[in-house]
Amino acid sequence: MNKQSNLYTIIYIIVLVTVVGSALGFTAISLKSRQEANANADKMRQILASVDITPSKDSIASDYARYITDSYVVDSRGNRIDGVDAFTVKVERQVKEEADERLLPVYECLTDNGSLKYILPLYGAGLWGPIWGYVSVDSDGTTIYDAFFAHQGETPGLGAEIEKPAFSDQFFGKRIFKDGKFLPIAVVKAGQHPAGDEDYVDGISGGTITSKGVAAMIDNCLSPYKAFLEKLEGGNK
Amino acid sequence: MSEKISNKSVLFNPFSKDNPVIVQVLGICSVLAVTAKLEPALVMGLSVIAVLAFSNVIISLIRNTIPTNIRIIVQLVVVAGLVVIVSQLLQAYAYDVSKQLSVFIGLIITNCILMGRLEAFAMANRPWPSFLDGIGNGIGYAMILVIVGFFRELLGSGTLLGYQVVPQWCYDHGYVNNGLMILPPMALIVVACIIWVHRSINKDLQEK
Repeated sequence: MNKQSNLYTIIYIIVLVTVVGSALGFTAISLKSRQEANANADKMRQILASVDITPSKDSIASDYARYITDSYVVDSRGNRIDGVDAFTVKVERQVKEEADERLLPVYECLTDNGSLKYILPLYGAGLWGPIWGYVSVDSDGTTIYDAFFAHQGETPGLGAEIEKPAFSDQFFGKRIFKDGKFLPIAVVKAGQHPAGDEDYVDGISGGTITSKGVAAMIDNCLSPYKAFLEKLEGGNK
Repeated sequence: MSEKISNKSVLFNPFSKDNPVIVQVLGICSVLAVTAKLEPALVMGLSVIAVLAFSNVIISLIRNTIPTNIRIIVQLVVVAGLVVIVSQLLQAYAYDVSKQLSVFIGLIITNCILMGRLEAFAMANRPWPSFLDGIGNGIGYAMILVIVGFFRELLGSGTLLGYQVVPQWCYDHGYVNNGLMILPPMALIVVACIIWVHRSINKDLQEK
C-alpha cells in the first residue's frame, strides 16, 4: 500500500489515536482512586493546618477524624443546609455565585485544650493564578485563631510568601467583628494602617497584588458567613 | 549513519560533548522553572528520561510505517500520551511533587529536546540505539537540572532536598539566604556559569 496516500494517512492516524487514547483511558481509570485519596488527604492537611495542627503524612486521615468533630454546610442566613457534604463542596465554584446563593462549608474542630474552632474555606485570585486557604475562628465567632494560605504559582520569594507561617500567623487574635459591625481583615503595606478601624495584617513587600488578592479573598469569602458567625456570638453571650 | 556511531557514544556523548542543555541549549525553559529546589529538579529529570527513552523506542519501532507528511503529528501524539501517563502516575504516587511541578510536566510535550531527538535520531535508527540515545540525552538534561537545582536550593534556601544544611550559627553570625537564587533569572546565570566551566575544559567546543 502506498504510504503517502491520503487513505493510508487517515487510517494511520485513526489507529494511532485510538491506541494512545485507550492507553490513557486505562491509566486514568486505574489510578483514579489513588489520585482522589491523595487530593483528599491534601485537603485534610490544609484544613488542619488552619488550626495549627500539622500531622505527619501517615496520620493525616486519623488526625482529621480526631480533631474535626463535625462539618456541615450553611447558607448566607446562617441556616444549616441538610444533605450536602461540606468536604465535597467546591469552594472555587461557590465563590463565583451571588453571596446569598452560596453553599458555605463549615468545619468544627475541637483542639487539644478542648476549645471549639470553626474553620471556614477561602478561595480567590492572586497575581498569577488562584490562591486559597482556610481560617479558623474561635467559638465566639469574632476572633480569628489561625489561618492557612496556599497558592498555585505566585512569585517565589514575593507573593508566594503568603504560604509561610510568618504571614499567616499574623491573623492570630484579629477580630472580624468590631462593635457589632462585620469588618473583614485588611492587608496593608508594612507600617501603614487601613483607612477604617478594622483589624489589619502586614502584606508582603514586593507581593502587593498577591496581598491585595488575599484581602479581597477574605472579604469575599467571609462576608457570606456574617449571619452564621453572628448566631455563634449570640449563642455564647 | 547508524553503523558509524557506536552505541557507547550514542549513550555517553550527550553527557558532555553533545549535552542537550549546555551545548545545544535546548529545554532551557524548564531548567529555569523547576530548579528552585533539588527535589522537583530530580523528579523532572527522571520524568524526561522516561518519556524520552520510551518515545524514542516507540517512534523508532513505527518509523517505517509513519507517513512522512504527518510524522510530526505522530511524534506529538506519542509524546503527549506518554507525558499524560507520567503526570497521572505522579499524581497517584508522588502527589506533593506533582503539585510543585504543576504545569511543567505537561510542558515536557513541548520540550525541544524531545522533538529534536525524535526527529533527528529515532526516525532514522533502530530501537535499541534509539533507547540509548533517549536515556543518554535524558541523563544529560537531568544532570544539568540537578546541578542547577543543587546550587539554587543550597544558596537560596540553605537546604538540600528540604533538609537544612547551612548550620544555624551561620545565620546567627549574619549569613542570609540569597533570595535572588530562587528567582528564575539566577537559573540562567547558573546555567551560563556551567557552560563557561564546561567550555573552558572542552576547548574544541569554543567558537573561533
